[in-house]
Amino acid sequence: MSLNTATGKVCLWTLDHANPGSLETYVANGGYEALKKILAEKTPAERIIEQVKISALRGRGGAGFPTGLKWSFMPRSFPGDKYLVCNTDEGEPGTFKDRDILIYNPHQLIEGMIIAGYTLGAKAGYNYIHGEIYEQYESWQAALQEARDAGFLGKNILGSGWDHDIHAHHGYGAYICGEETALLESIEGKKGQPRFKPPFPASYGLYGKPTTINNTETLASIPWIMRFGGQAFLELGKPNNGGTKIFSVSGHVNKPGNYEIPLGTPFATLLEMAGGVRDGHQLKAVIPGGSSAPVVPGEVMMDLTLDFDAISKAGSMLGSGAVIVMDETVCMVRALERLAYFYFEESCGQCTPCREGTGWMHRIVQRIEHGQGRPEDLDELVRIGNNIGGRTICALGEAAVGPVVSFVRHYRKEFEYHIEHKRCMVGNGVGN
Amino acid sequence: MLSPDSLSRIDREVAKYPADQKQSAAMSALRIAQEELGWLSKDTIEFVANYLGMPPIAAYEVATFYNMYDLAPVGRNKITLCTNLSCQLQGADRIAVHLQDRLGIGFNETTADGRYTLKEGECMGACGHGPLCLHNNHMMHVQLTPDSVDKLLDDMK
Repeated sequence: MSLNTATGKVCLWTLDHANPGSLETYVANGGYEALKKILAEKTPAERIIEQVKISALRGRGGAGFPTGLKWSFMPRSFPGDKYLVCNTDEGEPGTFKDRDILIYNPHQLIEGMIIAGYTLGAKAGYNYIHGEIYEQYESWQAALQEARDAGFLGKNILGSGWDHDIHAHHGYGAYICGEETALLESIEGKKGQPRFKPPFPASYGLYGKPTTINNTETLASIPWIMRFGGQAFLELGKPNNGGTKIFSVSGHVNKPGNYEIPLGTPFATLLEMAGGVRDGHQLKAVIPGGSSAPVVPGEVMMDLTLDFDAISKAGSMLGSGAVIVMDETVCMVRALERLAYFYFEESCGQCTPCREGTGWMHRIVQRIEHGQGRPEDLDELVRIGNNIGGRTICALGEAAVGPVVSFVRHYRKEFEYHIEHKRCMVGNGVGN
Repeated sequence: MLSPDSLSRIDREVAKYPADQKQSAAMSALRIAQEELGWLSKDTIEFVANYLGMPPIAAYEVATFYNMYDLAPVGRNKITLCTNLSCQLQGADRIAVHLQDRLGIGFNETTADGRYTLKEGECMGACGHGPLCLHNNHMMHVQLTPDSVDKLLDDMK
């Protein structure tokens, strides 16, 4: 198997090889060929963007924004410095796909970043790597050096006369830096607090220069698209949802892990690949796209396909493709208490509705969990949620509300039972 | 205040950014300082700020914003356990109880001999391998069981 159309995988095909993360494996299987061709033929940026548009590649970090369209916003004729930034600040509970790309296919990300940098006219690229994965920060920097030594990066790349370099920037523990403008502030050596938009990063980004920010998996998909064409990538998935997608499955399954499958695959198929719900248990609920995505009852989920449009129609979102599976032993109040705490802890404190609202929601869920809930608490939670959404600079506020409102909506009886009886309706907390 | 080795590591970070953007290396510089000195005192933060030519308050803002910086001394071995939902579903609560029982301390506490500090962490981006923890910020240990935790603790100096 290789970087070709036969494997059915775009990013994690290297796992079928003995030494998946090595430059040798990557080059021996067609790696850096797309870059060589582009530089040799001096492919115009417009043609590259056109292929990315045809591919229907949508941002893999959570928002699902069409990548080709995002690239077209970049003012390429702007004479000053421009930047490409890769977002590997992967800290949304349930999401662990980008770490595997850094480990098992670091060079495809590097090649994707170089091609993106060429297309966007960027002076340099930065990859912002989540603080808690220091080992991958180090190993990816080693891969960058391999790419420099092989002539793919640095001065006069492959004799083309074009200079371009890429660097890794290490985070140090702040979920909010996954928000693209907070990430830019963080690269500038500041607190990671999101900026007002507009201006958008394409006009005022890193150091005030035009900047494009893409997710790791998004950029790692680019070499495949350039080798085999946007149409081939589109055909891996379904219309408006091109390509394969890495789904990170965690929670109550027999085989948690990453599974790269075509967009549009039924959830039931993914669950089977992950070994099914852990032995002896039944599916209760699924968070289909990372902790910010509204929870979906298991029986609804079993009828859904995994693509941006289908999950969105069901009232949730595909997000980063992080699928958290919960079986019948889970107390939804307990589970929500942990998620509510996460958003309270990670709110950057800049906007009052989020700073105060996330703490308020957590305190209410906490008191319900601990048998001190009041009958009016559930409506109060929804009311607070409604007063956060749309009233903050960035999406963290809404991300905090999604779980709260959806847990209360779908599992209201459990919350009411907790308030009335001062204990769980379903036994032992989170099933352990 | 910092060793030549740490300073040259900081210089390598500075070189990643445009010449007039040395502040971009603040996060790495603080990390490197913490690696050498164990934690970040106000003096250390001020030293880093001066070294990078940025106002000390701006470096202090960075040090207080990101949660992997330690602004007070910690034990020789800081263990940060992720207790977020995916890890919790995979057994992190049991590991939390085991760690606290075994060490006789709660979260955010340090053992009397200064050997261990226990912290509760947020999502580390490796959920499929949970329960998991970080040792001294940079080494991840995955698929923890009470037995593997015991071995890990015994191996820490």
